[in-house]
Amino acid sequence: MTEPRADAPPRIEANGLTKRFSGVTVVDNVSFLVEPGQILGLIGPNGAGKTTLFNLMSGVLKPDAGRLVVNGVEASGLPPHRLARLGLVRTFQLARELDKLTVLENVLLAARTNAGESLTGALFRPAAVRLDERAATERAREMLALVSLSDHESKPAANLSGGQKKLLEMARCLMAEADTILLDEIAAGVAPHLVDEIALLIQRLNREHGKTFVVIEHNIGFIRALASRVVVMAAGRVLAEGSFAHVSANPAVVESYLGQAA
Amino acid sequence: MDAYLVAILTIAGIYIILALALNLQFGLTGLVNFGVVGFFCLGAYASGIATESFHAPFVGGLCVAMVTGAVAGGLLALLSLRLSGDFLAIVTLGFAETIRLIFNNEDWLTGGPKGLLIMTRPVLADYSRSANAWMVLAVVLTGAVLTLALMLRLAGTPYGRVLRAIREDELVPATLGKNVFVYRLQSFVIGSVLMAAAGSLYAHYVQTITPDNFTTPVAILVWMSVIVGGPGNMLGSVIGALVVVTIYEGSRFLTPWLGFLDAEQVSALRFIVIGTVLILVIRFRPEGLLPEPKHTPVVPATRRPALKG
Repeated sequence: MTEPRADAPPRIEANGLTKRFSGVTVVDNVSFLVEPGQILGLIGPNGAGKTTLFNLMSGVLKPDAGRLVVNGVEASGLPPHRLARLGLVRTFQLARELDKLTVLENVLLAARTNAGESLTGALFRPAAVRLDERAATERAREMLALVSLSDHESKPAANLSGGQKKLLEMARCLMAEADTILLDEIAAGVAPHLVDEIALLIQRLNREHGKTFVVIEHNIGFIRALASRVVVMAAGRVLAEGSFAHVSANPAVVESYLGQAA
Repeated sequence: MDAYLVAILTIAGIYIILALALNLQFGLTGLVNFGVVGFFCLGAYASGIATESFHAPFVGGLCVAMVTGAVAGGLLALLSLRLSGDFLAIVTLGFAETIRLIFNNEDWLTGGPKGLLIMTRPVLADYSRSANAWMVLAVVLTGAVLTLALMLRLAGTPYGRVLRAIREDELVPATLGKNVFVYRLQSFVIGSVLMAAAGSLYAHYVQTITPDNFTTPVAILVWMSVIVGGPGNMLGSVIGALVVVTIYEGSRFLTPWLGFLDAEQVSALRFIVIGTVLILVIRFRPEGLLPEPKHTPVVPATRRPALKG
């Protein structure tokens, strides 16, 4: 249980984030806060800059302007592995499972501390390596159980279905012990019964484990059920922000996005 | 015949070390190093110059070779590892050719095309020729076994898992908190050090090295060893190197049956045979003779709830 403290800094504090690709401003001066324990929905039409914003937040892309603060630490322009160590991990719009590794190995990879992952550890500390790896394996199995993939642990990840691959990415994020998880269209292309399962899982992780989520999703029902706050983006800017009821009553949002989605 | 067998095994031992080093870089980490022969050459000359010009013992020469390999590998990696795989391939290819040309032209240091004569041997010089050959073989095989042990360890630990993850998709380990650049650098430098060590063993075995010993076909043989044996499988590289060296060296025994070809044609035939083997392997067994081993978890899977209940 990682109950957020009352005085905990925001999980994510984005201030004026901007990204241009050869003259086109894809993310334009975007600011928002993600408080601990929140599930923030990020919606908007295709090309609104949602995934680019995720890439900026996870260090995959560097912002051209603006500041990013993660858990109170200045994180602008940090590489992905540093952001992950600050407690921020993500999934990908198209699941990026490691095909040739087994499902279990995919999850084990995310272990936060493992003596066997350093060169000196692997060569000179066999006892610590065994101990860490044993603990990591047991934890990885718990994560796989959470996402109902236990029966598949010894399969190569390439053999999972599309929805299972997304669940595998979720298990990896949990294994990484991150307190904030960015989900990029986790429900897209997933069988309907699995979508419900994923929604329940997010809710459970949020309530029981205090995990904070930022969720990009086109499935409006999914966002309505989950998100405590919604940020609507269009053409790289924040169009509206607030509760689902609040933003869905906003005429600009209806016109640019919800109208066409409905 | 006995002496010839010892010679083939010695060469095979050296190629096994080269193939294992490349398998760490390419098979596990996905780094495309076309400059294998550059590091091999660098190690050979570094060791030869250290022992002949500076009168270091063989072990000293070996150490100098490994340090030189580490420095060269590190510099090359810093220059190009942040770039994508294709860039590394071109840079390493250029590196190997540059090294060979430098050694070909700097006569004062290397003897140039005439070659560098190396008198220092890895073993005591007081024994008969054949006893000496056996002892050199023992030294080379010891090196090969130590390299294999190191590679099996690295491949079998969580360290190897991170390398394989980087090979599959570097963004995934990066977003899970692994410093991809450091892992790539380590993998590349360890491989470079081992290739240079193989060069040192080679130099003190053949005793005369010329830049002509270090042309691209050597790198191609090492690549074939890894591809045929199975990228990602360390034992595969051992078998691959044995197969390639056996075909390459053993084909000269076919000369009596190939009377209609002259010696040069027979020598060219070896590459045709090796190329054919490579094509057949890629066509019918793309994962190599030994596929990448399946990694079994340290704690066997149990249906715990059922057992406890």
